[in-house]
Amino acid sequence: MSPIIKRKGERFTLPSKYLLFILTILCTVMMLVTFGTDVFNRPFNALVGYVIVPFQQGIEKVGSWLYNRSEELVQIRSLLEENTQLKEEVAALIEENTLLQQDKYELNKLRELFDLDEQYSEYNKVGARILGRDAGNWYSAFLIDKGEEDGLAVDMNVIAGGGLVGRITSVGPNWARVTSIISDNNHVSGMTLSTEDNMTVSGDLKLMANGCITFSELVDGQDRVREGDKVVTSNISDKYLPNILIGYISSINKDSNNLTKSGEIVPAVDFEHLGEVLIITDRKQTVTE
Amino acid sequence: MLRKIIVTIFIIVCFVLQSSVFSALSFAGIIPNLMIILTSSFGFMRGEKEGLLIGFFCGLLNDIFFGGFLGFYALLLMYIGYLNGKFSKIFYPEDIKLPLVLIVVSDLSYGIICYILTFMLRSRFAFSYYFMHIILPEALYTIVVTLFLYPAILKINEKLEAHEGKRAQKFV
Repeated sequence: MSPIIKRKGERFTLPSKYLLFILTILCTVMMLVTFGTDVFNRPFNALVGYVIVPFQQGIEKVGSWLYNRSEELVQIRSLLEENTQLKEEVAALIEENTLLQQDKYELNKLRELFDLDEQYSEYNKVGARILGRDAGNWYSAFLIDKGEEDGLAVDMNVIAGGGLVGRITSVGPNWARVTSIISDNNHVSGMTLSTEDNMTVSGDLKLMANGCITFSELVDGQDRVREGDKVVTSNISDKYLPNILIGYISSINKDSNNLTKSGEIVPAVDFEHLGEVLIITDRKQTVTE
Repeated sequence: MLRKIIVTIFIIVCFVLQSSVFSALSFAGIIPNLMIILTSSFGFMRGEKEGLLIGFFCGLLNDIFFGGFLGFYALLLMYIGYLNGKFSKIFYPEDIKLPLVLIVVSDLSYGIICYILTFMLRSRFAFSYYFMHIILPEALYTIVVTLFLYPAILKINEKLEAHEGKRAQKFV
């Protein structure tokens, strides 16, 4: 007798083989559909936003409170030392600042003369707290506690401490996922600040433990790029706003084709100890055809 | 009904713990895989059907939050739950060896499949590196967590079964 035919007085149950088969087809269809489009994302993201995110917010609050208390105890001694050091630094910086302000004044006057817009005036930013990190070990992504309701959208750039963290890749009503630039599947178009040579900056799982990322396809025929040079996001990137600091070059190697160079970059952001991030709510202008 | 509610709470708690608390308790950047523990232990305790359903929902949760597209982890964990369910015939609650072996094998195969499908296909061929630095440490950390989490799951499952048994008797 067929196992799916209902007998009298017996509750209808679907054998696991059939259920497996049905769900396999469902998963395959979902994969095919969501590979190109994001029709399912909105309802699913909204659903988990109201079911899971409140739990995460609670745990994050408790965790950060405990962390802060323990940090306070540990850090008092080192803070005292740091304080004296910083005071000296502040004195030096004030001096430098006055010099720079004079320069800025001059620059502004010259800009006016040239009739140039300020290239990247102030971007609008929103602060957010990190709720959770990637549940696997292969990639590096994290969740933040702001979403569509706060005006966030996919592809907005995320920064912290003056450096690029990544960009938003998925957004729900009250949460968003940020894929960081150290993630193995992430690529950023970058350029050196000094010489404006373009390169591709990619995350690499092998280097993630050292806190490094790689760059490749740097064309630098005259050997002008040096270790320690600043790398920023380039003008030609279609997802990232220009001139956001990515990091500093730590090593350069010539590729075997003798045309391009590759190497490693130390990111400006400390990805191990991220608590809050800033989201730039301006998006790169794209030309729509 | 009670079982459904308890299992849902279990899935949510494990997912939230994994993405928040355990990423703070990571050793050398490695976090254990609670979803595998949950999926395979319900698989061999309760049979194929429950294993595959729990695997499906655990994976779907992971897909929504961290996956590039929906369905990948759901499919993977569903098959792990289903295959673990095949062992429910030789499972005894007193025996801890079978659960440990099954969970480790599940986690290792989960890691290897993840590597093949999402890394090797992007021409990252250093399998030995990824095995030694990601897959194996994850499996080891998962066993350590299993030693604490599995007895809790087992106990709650026994309570649920006792409760269901009582209700069935009353009904008759």
